[in-house]
Amino acid sequence: MRTGEYRVTQIITNVICGLFALLALLPFILLIVASFTDNDWASVNGFTFFPKEWSISAYQYIAAKWGMIGRAYLMTILVTLVGTLLCLVISLLFAYGISKQHIPGMRAISFLLIFTMLFNGGLVSTYYCYTQIFHIKDTFWALILPNMMMNAFNVILIRNYYINSIPASLEEAARIDGAKEFRILFSIVIPLSKPILATVGLMTALGYWNDWMNGLYYLTARGGAKYYTIQIILNNITENIQSLAAAATRSSGMATMVPFPSTTIRLAIAVIGILPILIIYPCFQRYFVKGITLGGVKE
Amino acid sequence: MGKSKKGKCSRYIPFYLMVLPGLLYLMMNNYIPMFGIIIAFKKMNYSKGIFGSDWCGFDNFRFLFQSDAAWSITRNTIGYNLIFFILGTFLAIVLAVSMNELRSKMAQKTYQTLILLPYLMSWVVVGYLVFAFLSGENGFFNNTLLPLFGKRPVNWYNEKKYWPFILVVVQIWKSVGYSMIIYFSSIVGISQDYFEAARIDGASKWKQIRYITLPLLKPTVITLFILSIGQVFRSDFGLFYQVTRNSGTLYDYTRTIDMYVYQALMKNADYSMSGAASFYQSVCGFVLIIVANQIVRKYQKSSALF
Repeated sequence: MRTGEYRVTQIITNVICGLFALLALLPFILLIVASFTDNDWASVNGFTFFPKEWSISAYQYIAAKWGMIGRAYLMTILVTLVGTLLCLVISLLFAYGISKQHIPGMRAISFLLIFTMLFNGGLVSTYYCYTQIFHIKDTFWALILPNMMMNAFNVILIRNYYINSIPASLEEAARIDGAKEFRILFSIVIPLSKPILATVGLMTALGYWNDWMNGLYYLTARGGAKYYTIQIILNNITENIQSLAAAATRSSGMATMVPFPSTTIRLAIAVIGILPILIIYPCFQRYFVKGITLGGVKE
Repeated sequence: MGKSKKGKCSRYIPFYLMVLPGLLYLMMNNYIPMFGIIIAFKKMNYSKGIFGSDWCGFDNFRFLFQSDAAWSITRNTIGYNLIFFILGTFLAIVLAVSMNELRSKMAQKTYQTLILLPYLMSWVVVGYLVFAFLSGENGFFNNTLLPLFGKRPVNWYNEKKYWPFILVVVQIWKSVGYSMIIYFSSIVGISQDYFEAARIDGASKWKQIRYITLPLLKPTVITLFILSIGQVFRSDFGLFYQVTRNSGTLYDYTRTIDMYVYQALMKNADYSMSGAASFYQSVCGFVLIIVANQIVRKYQKSSALF
């Protein structure tokens, strides 16, 4: 009886979880298979999981046009690195400051941070301020600054870690030995808070890697094209695949040598855009999970 | 600590320096835009700037709420959020409970990894994934699935009646892994003693879930509910913009407040209407999160956010 129930439970739960896992995975398989499908075959038979004719011409096209895609790739990496680094530095400094609740003013400063979770100026006035006051339109900072560099949840996570997981006696001892506050932060507190910094850093990096909205709002085709990241290119391609083809023919003549796979190429660029995530994610899975469990439920 | 008051203050200076960069960022990114919200009450004149432009009282709001859009964007925003929350919570709990019953750690980790994968993708990429299924000429649905059932191809991106369903499926597909992990970690945190006692009393697996696991998940559900009530006037712009490929024929069912603000601001450069809609969204969201939190504080203090 007991073992019968055990077996039934295992079967039902495996079916439920397995079904969802399959549904989660299938679209990615379709995307990858479709990017390797022969374009002519696909235009007659559509994208399927088992195409009859395979082709790497989409990737050949991208390789031939690597100038544009490669540049966007480098820009994505640069934005991710700079953004994540700046985020970590200002967040960990801020979190350390407000973790010292006994210092006059720190409670008020914490409130300023938490209030941003409750109320914001909205898109219109944020857009106005960034373009008319701070003039970030069509600059590199357009991809770094708006909305992404410091977020109250992350700061609170780091602050809680400082308060709960780093013994105050360690800091006290260093202070008695005459260490300066910045020295204490950098040589004692930060090394001890690596786990939380890794978690926050990874989530932030993912956010920067995936961001396309800052590009949509703050980069124009005329002045900002040199800052395009992969995501922004993917977003633009949706609308202008034809103009891309025209530009390719004009500039290099490559389009005559490499057949232009107008449908499969978009999917191939998408595959290249998600490849780093697919490779890195399984290795860092536990940090992502930790980031969610820590950040998911209140402060 | 026998130091003078002055010595104490100077000891605090490094800490003030530490919070300074963050404070400057909060000013730039959050607080200055909060003042800019008065744009909603101005007749915006670009050459005069926000502060130089003339006041126009509630005119912008009058125009906004007299248009047909006001009702439909509000309905879409709130309606979708409620469906997402109810269905998403239900499925996430089903998954989390199932996950917890799995005895094979290996299977548990594999399922979790796969189900969380969509959460890591940008909406642009999700838009591409959906396109591979729904594309008129090449899509998997029109070319493989529908013919299988003898159905005629559908022009997905122009038929609005399918979209409430599609949007719910896509949103849940992307976010269920995230909520599942939150509920799963709550379940793992439940003391084993409860289950031990229930087993000794001969309670079946289902009874244990029904009378121990689910009631103990209630605080988590409530906390997430307040959070989502506070967000009920916000919509995930990426979902409604990328997944629908911003198709105008679908707007009746796909245009939310964020979509409307984007359109009015970036396509029409209409600061009056977009400012009013944006103000409406921020203020309603703020009021709701305060009210929801007060209600929870009254009934279950430990679940309140602040």
